[in-house]
Amino acid sequence: MRECDLVVIGGGPAGMAAALKAYEEGIKDILILERAETLGGILEQCIHTGFGLHYFGEELSGPEYADRFIEEIYKTDIDIRVDTMVLNVSADNVVTACNNFDGLLQIKAKAVVLAMGCRERPRGALSIAGCRASGIMTAGTAQKYVNLDGYMPGHEVVILGSGDIGLIMARRMTLEGAKVKAVCELMPYSGGLTRNIVQCLEDFGIPLRLSCTVVKTHGKDRLEGVTVANVDKNLKPILGTEEYIPCDTLMLSVGLIPENELSKNSGIDLDPVTNGPVVDEYRETVRKGVFACGNVLQVHDLVDYVTEESQIAGEGAAKFIKGEKEYGGYISTKGENGVRYIVPQRINKATDKDVKLYFRVGKVFRNVKLVVKCGDEIISSKKKNKMTPGEMEYVPIKLETIKALPENGVITVTIEEA
Amino acid sequence: MRYDVAIVGAGVCGALIARELSAYNISVALLERANDVAMGTTKANSAIVHGGFDAVTGTLKAKLNVKGTALMPKICGEMNVPYRNNGSVVLAFSENEMETIKTLYDRGIANGVEGLEIIDGARAKELEPHISDDVVGALFCPSSGIVCPYELTIAATEVAVTNGVEFIRNCEVKSISDNGGFYTLGTTAGDIEATYIINAAGTHTDEVARMIGDSSFEVISRKGEYYLLDKSYGYLADHTVFQCPNYMGKGVLVTPSVDGNILIGPTALDVSDGKDSIETTPEGLSTVVERAQKSIPEVNLRGAITSFAGVRAHLASEDFLIDWSAQSERFINVAGIESPGLSAAPAIALYVKDLLKEKLELSEKANYTMTRKAPVRFRHMTKSEREALIKKNPAYGRIICRCETITEGEIIDAIHAPAGARDVDGVKRRTRAGMGRCQGGFCGSKVVEILARELGVEMNEITKFGGESKIIYERTK
Ligand SMILES: Cc1cc2nc3c(=O)[nH]c(=O)nc-3n(C[C@H](O)[C@H](O)[C@H](O)COP(=O)(O)OP(=O)(O)OC[C@H]3O[C@@H](n4cnc5c(N)ncnc54)[C@H](O)[C@@H]3O)c2cc1C
Ligand SMILES: Cc1cc2nc3c(=O)[nH]c(=O)nc-3n(C[C@H](O)[C@H](O)[C@H](O)COP(=O)(O)OP(=O)(O)OC[C@H]3O[C@@H](n4cnc5c(N)ncnc54)[C@H](O)[C@@H]3O)c2cc1C
Repeated sequence: MRECDLVVIGGGPAGMAAALKAYEEGIKDILILERAETLGGILEQCIHTGFGLHYFGEELSGPEYADRFIEEIYKTDIDIRVDTMVLNVSADNVVTACNNFDGLLQIKAKAVVLAMGCRERPRGALSIAGCRASGIMTAGTAQKYVNLDGYMPGHEVVILGSGDIGLIMARRMTLEGAKVKAVCELMPYSGGLTRNIVQCLEDFGIPLRLSCTVVKTHGKDRLEGVTVANVDKNLKPILGTEEYIPCDTLMLSVGLIPENELSKNSGIDLDPVTNGPVVDEYRETVRKGVFACGNVLQVHDLVDYVTEESQIAGEGAAKFIKGEKEYGGYISTKGENGVRYIVPQRINKATDKDVKLYFRVGKVFRNVKLVVKCGDEIISSKKKNKMTPGEMEYVPIKLETIKALPENGVITVTIEEA
Repeated sequence: MRYDVAIVGAGVCGALIARELSAYNISVALLERANDVAMGTTKANSAIVHGGFDAVTGTLKAKLNVKGTALMPKICGEMNVPYRNNGSVVLAFSENEMETIKTLYDRGIANGVEGLEIIDGARAKELEPHISDDVVGALFCPSSGIVCPYELTIAATEVAVTNGVEFIRNCEVKSISDNGGFYTLGTTAGDIEATYIINAAGTHTDEVARMIGDSSFEVISRKGEYYLLDKSYGYLADHTVFQCPNYMGKGVLVTPSVDGNILIGPTALDVSDGKDSIETTPEGLSTVVERAQKSIPEVNLRGAITSFAGVRAHLASEDFLIDWSAQSERFINVAGIESPGLSAAPAIALYVKDLLKEKLELSEKANYTMTRKAPVRFRHMTKSEREALIKKNPAYGRIICRCETITEGEIIDAIHAPAGARDVDGVKRRTRAGMGRCQGGFCGSKVVEILARELGVEMNEITKFGGESKIIYERTK
């Protein structure tokens, strides 16, 4: 069986950044396994700009952002297998994969980085009533047809869900000559970035209908229209508000689900809120030597944060392989009062650096205080003008603070009135 | 060419009849209006191989149900179609319902169902730990099973075609004229001549019968709606869990599917919007869930991966109608094949063959097969099997559908099989590509690409299920 220091599963921005960081930290025997034909992950189909503002300080398209990392990878002797699907990760870190040139591959790894990204929530999960017609697809699938295959997936479009992919596709389809009739969002706020609402909808006069959903689809062969309705506080459609909108395409942008079948089958604990693995500050999962980063860990809206997170995982994996990763007791983290989750879920007391706690809020907050505590003791408190579910936030925790906390202590991030 | 027999409709009945007849020295055409087999009721039902205690004793329904259910394991074995003898329970929630259980038990015994047992609540809970605490007792039927209805139909068609039956798709029979001695069927695929016609057109059998002037029956369409839950909910039920029947049907059931998903449904609504109405409705779907929770309280929609609806072909007589038409010498109706029609289908095929034998001489062919080789199923293979397979054909090393672990090789096989897949849904039903939790979100466009390549057409000519069900349009600018 082939042996390898580090196997990285997934060659998107997360996998690439983790591999490069580990390489930089002195780990040379690295193998990246990627299912698609090329490295780059989901970025390859994101031909719009808006990537890299934080990390590179310039505005790049998805493929341009990916290319910067792909070029770096090719300068190293990191081994790459594309068109290769990982089927299994065993409890003792044997990675099984297959492709049509090596056949079945088995690699015994010292450490593994999980970077499988996420998938879009499909229609069935929404249980919209109606027909079986064609023309109902996730926004990501539509994006692939337009940007990679070069075909129009439809001419008259309604988009359900105002996640970033939906917003971006509203603009893309309009630029390609289609008519986007409405973007309907179930919640009273959009799940997408403010800049995308402005640049993708408002600039093109596409209506965003909040507290509104699709209750029925119509059509026999191809979609012919949808019935939309407003929803009440409990998100239930309000009778009498139904409106029929003729269209041949319904695009769904109703959320992303981390792609954790491999992790689950391998017996790695997942966080029920993020649907990603439970990790420590180096993004090590509960299984020693297995790390996770990028969208497989938590759904990110900005690739820049993916890169940052993945470098932490790469550094952690390198430390682990070199036998330098220290283990002490754990401090756990917890979100309260509208803070939906925290990544990392736990912090190793033996850690050697400051830690950022990433989180998302469950609704829109204005003029509040973001408070970090341990028991009754306030660690930090900061005024926030606005926080929305669409934007990931973080609070830093100093190394001294961590060292001073009791073992088994709990750090709570909470929102209080200002 | 003039066929000896034209079978109208490639549902489970038409396909199994075609398979049965393909053993004889006659020419047979299987005509289907859709782009694929199993596009009618056969693709959307509960997939239960019923024990046979429901149908009224003495009816054709009861007889063919019990016989079909007994034949099912054998023909599924011959054709490598997924079948599992998982047994069923009918739950009673009150002493009143225990009376119904008793009636079902007696009827089952009279129909010849073997192994039936009335059990108490505690035993029921032992069999099915997730059922409601309100269950007071149940009817246990060990002979009941589950099957994959479309794979059964696909496999039967493959066997038939291998034996020389002509499968003609996109061939809707619009008119029939009797030329004395033979018929001309006017179809969307041109005129077709045949001496005998077997009308197995499902919910449309009454229309097809009227084409020869037979208006002796009318099909009443009744819709049933379902939810399919992800495999991770598979633990909820191992047996098929029924409720006591009421005047509208068998109540809502919760059952595993042969693939390990959980199916809940159906509702029973008389359809007002046409025989082909397979739209799901918000009301229908919410009733399904509520009523299923009565049996298994843990059922919830978080695990739903898709919903669908099927249409029952009900006759006022409440029985199957399988007989020579009174209007014409050479025309057999196979009508009113509502539940347990799937269970009965193997027996229906034999029954129709015997009818035909009354008028047409059937002599066995020198060479024919009733079996189908198991399609390659990469996901079920061991490591060494996989290794050998990929070595033989590298296309089996390329995974296309990642939720269900389906390879490119399996998809290519499905396209090139006898009566193979021509559209995305056809690939999906044959391989499961796109049937998993992401419902084709990732692999949908790859499947379109492979179909286009293998069939030698442009990507935008590929449809979801034939007709105008286009997936993509013109090239971008
Ligand atoms: C459509 C879309 C639009 C976006 N727009 C923006 C934007 O405008 N600006 C911005 O900053 N960010 C944007 N983002 C966010 C950012 O691009 C993503 O968060 C980032 O790409 C995630 O990186 P990742 O490596 O975790 O996942 P991915 O890019 O999804 O990569 C995961 C990789 O793992 C591979 N893989 C999965 N399973 C296996 C397996 N079993 N074996 C082998 N390989 C496997 C996949 O093929 C994939 O290549 C967008 C995201 C999406 C989806
Ligand atoms: C909700 C529901 C649940 C059920 N559950 C079960 C169950 O659990 N167990 C069980 O045993 N049975 C069950 N059944 C019954 C079972 O599904 C049917 O009895 C069976 O599928 C009928 O098959 P068929 O071949 O007669 O009809 P179909 O499958 O409807 O086939 C008829 C075919 O004829 C074609 N056709 C129609 N008109 C024309 C034309 N003019 N020209 C050419 N082709 C034409 C159609 O396209 C179709 O493919 C259920 C039915 C329903 C609706």
